[in-house]
Amino acid sequence: MTISDTYHHQPDENGHFGEFGGRYIPETLMPLVLDLNKHYRKLKDDKEFNRLISYYSQHYIGRPSPLYFAERLTNHFDGAKLYFKRDELNHTGAHKINNALGQVLLAKHMGKTRIIAETGAGQHGVATATICALLDLPCFIYMGESDMERQSPNVFRMKLLGAEVIPVSHGSKTLKDAMNEAMRDWVTNVENTYYVIGTVAGPHPFPEMVRDFQKIIGIEVKEQILAAENKLPDAMVAAIGGGSNAIGLFYDFLNDTSVKLYGVEAGGKGINTDEHAASLSGGEPGVLHGSHSYLLQDDDGQIADAYSISAGLDYPGIGPEHAYLQSIGRVNYVAISDEEALSAFQLCCRLEGIIPALEPSHALAYVSQLAPSMKQDEIIVMNMCGRGDKDIFNVAKHLGFEI
Amino acid sequence: MTNRIDNTFSVLKEKNRKALITFVTVGDPSIEDTHKIMNLLVDAGVDIIELGIPFSDPIADGTTIQSASQRALANGTTLKSILSLVTRFRKNNKHTPIVLMGYYNPVFRHGIESFCSDATNAGVDGLIIVDLPPEEDSLLRTIANKDDLHLVRLVTPTTDEERLSIILDGATGFLYYVSINGITGMQVIDEKTIEERINFLRQKTDLPIAVGFGIKSSEDVRMIQKYADAAVVGSALVKKIEEIGEFHKEGELFNFVRDLSETHVP
Repeated sequence: MTISDTYHHQPDENGHFGEFGGRYIPETLMPLVLDLNKHYRKLKDDKEFNRLISYYSQHYIGRPSPLYFAERLTNHFDGAKLYFKRDELNHTGAHKINNALGQVLLAKHMGKTRIIAETGAGQHGVATATICALLDLPCFIYMGESDMERQSPNVFRMKLLGAEVIPVSHGSKTLKDAMNEAMRDWVTNVENTYYVIGTVAGPHPFPEMVRDFQKIIGIEVKEQILAAENKLPDAMVAAIGGGSNAIGLFYDFLNDTSVKLYGVEAGGKGINTDEHAASLSGGEPGVLHGSHSYLLQDDDGQIADAYSISAGLDYPGIGPEHAYLQSIGRVNYVAISDEEALSAFQLCCRLEGIIPALEPSHALAYVSQLAPSMKQDEIIVMNMCGRGDKDIFNVAKHLGFEI
Repeated sequence: MTNRIDNTFSVLKEKNRKALITFVTVGDPSIEDTHKIMNLLVDAGVDIIELGIPFSDPIADGTTIQSASQRALANGTTLKSILSLVTRFRKNNKHTPIVLMGYYNPVFRHGIESFCSDATNAGVDGLIIVDLPPEEDSLLRTIANKDDLHLVRLVTPTTDEERLSIILDGATGFLYYVSINGITGMQVIDEKTIEERINFLRQKTDLPIAVGFGIKSSEDVRMIQKYADAAVVGSALVKKIEEIGEFHKEGELFNFVRDLSETHVP
């Protein structure tokens, strides 16, 4: 095997990406997760399953999403040509629905009758509730009480879609606690319940499976950029919380080593402070929620609370494949602060007429540093992974507006 | 010296007795109280002590042990302070086996080699790591066994025959049967299921079998001990500790534990 094709030979059969990944879960869940793995192996190349995915992707989600040349921002940065992959135009407004569709279809195929999920900002919860409404399955979403306050419009959306939102009042009352509680539910309701994990984290096969459901993003980009420019991009940039939109964008380009890849973590108030969510730039290796990766933690191995202005990025861990891609140097991981993300958010609104979510605003803030250093015939593709409607109240507060 | 766990089970077997194992979260309400409680447990007839290492994200625990863990962490309980507690306890108690129970990350972060040697030196006899299935435990198991620490494997209601053989391959000390699908401190256990499962396990292993999760009263303990070699009481005790808050000999906690113990059959 040559070095270049090892990128697509991860993980191994026990879910290890190099030294990362694996299955670190209570024994009660092992038979379920092994069974899930068996079903997924069988289904991933199944013709009918893939036909259903592409049918709903096209007619329900609205794929392929456009690849858009952001001309005014390109002129503004006065460097590389900038393209946005417009995954914020998907039904429900983010990339999350690609994964929710795949997993809920899988759950249905496995005969599961009850769907649970965790959510932070609410985007994954809304996406899961949406697909459950479509496919007629009862849906229970765990959400930290703090996040429910910060993201009340999404709480109402989920309820409208027929899901039950279960408040989580333990710990920091945010995403990691919602994930803890979803796991407790799963351990308790092993027979009938399917747990839709929202990012490329969790025990094997979740990181691989979620990646597979998201890699359509990069596959489309490759076709679209070749049609538009007749060459591959020079750089690709995506925001990273758990890392699903980034791996979705990067995966089809991992073997194209001329393409530089940048994952942008949430630097919060600075990675030298206690208030950030940059697990790779500011964390240490560890084990949480089923996999071995990088974590924000103290010297005693207790998990620290993550912080970011973006509720979708404040998770103290990161998908194991990203830890692996960092260890082999294929992807560069950088951090962007709240302030920088807020400036990029406003810039994008004014110059492109696109209100981005705070998550891709982090990616754009990094683009604003990268693009000017590149030549005008070079190309950057950035994943516009979510729209900012959900964030306007939060942004208004930070900018000192009352709405 | 033989491992205290092996020793305890073989002595009990000779006496035709069953073991009572109790779980407490270290540092709840304080490390010093845990020390007092450990002595009280031994005096009340407990055969093996499980010490819970508090963790910030205990996904297999119900609200009782979650809250106890949070209190313990707020008190500044660390893996180091737990090991030094065991060292102090061992000065006056050379025979009661101690099993550390917790999640993998604190152990991983401590460094597996130094954790195992520190634990052995402190006087720990076994480990139960709830989120470390056999597929991922070979590193810890190899080093632990070299240090004469048992890494106890868990069996659950979802374990089938094929899975059981994977779990038994390399299992030492005793087998921990989790009596229910769920988290600690939950539903009521069903006697018929326990009987069937224990009989099934007996056909496959000679290891002592302990049953835990959902065991709340002396009646539960007696029922479990009809079939298994040990009954584990965790959440019920942790709850008592939270309610009582005072741990002198012959007090309420002592009476509660003495009733659980087989040596005190009324």
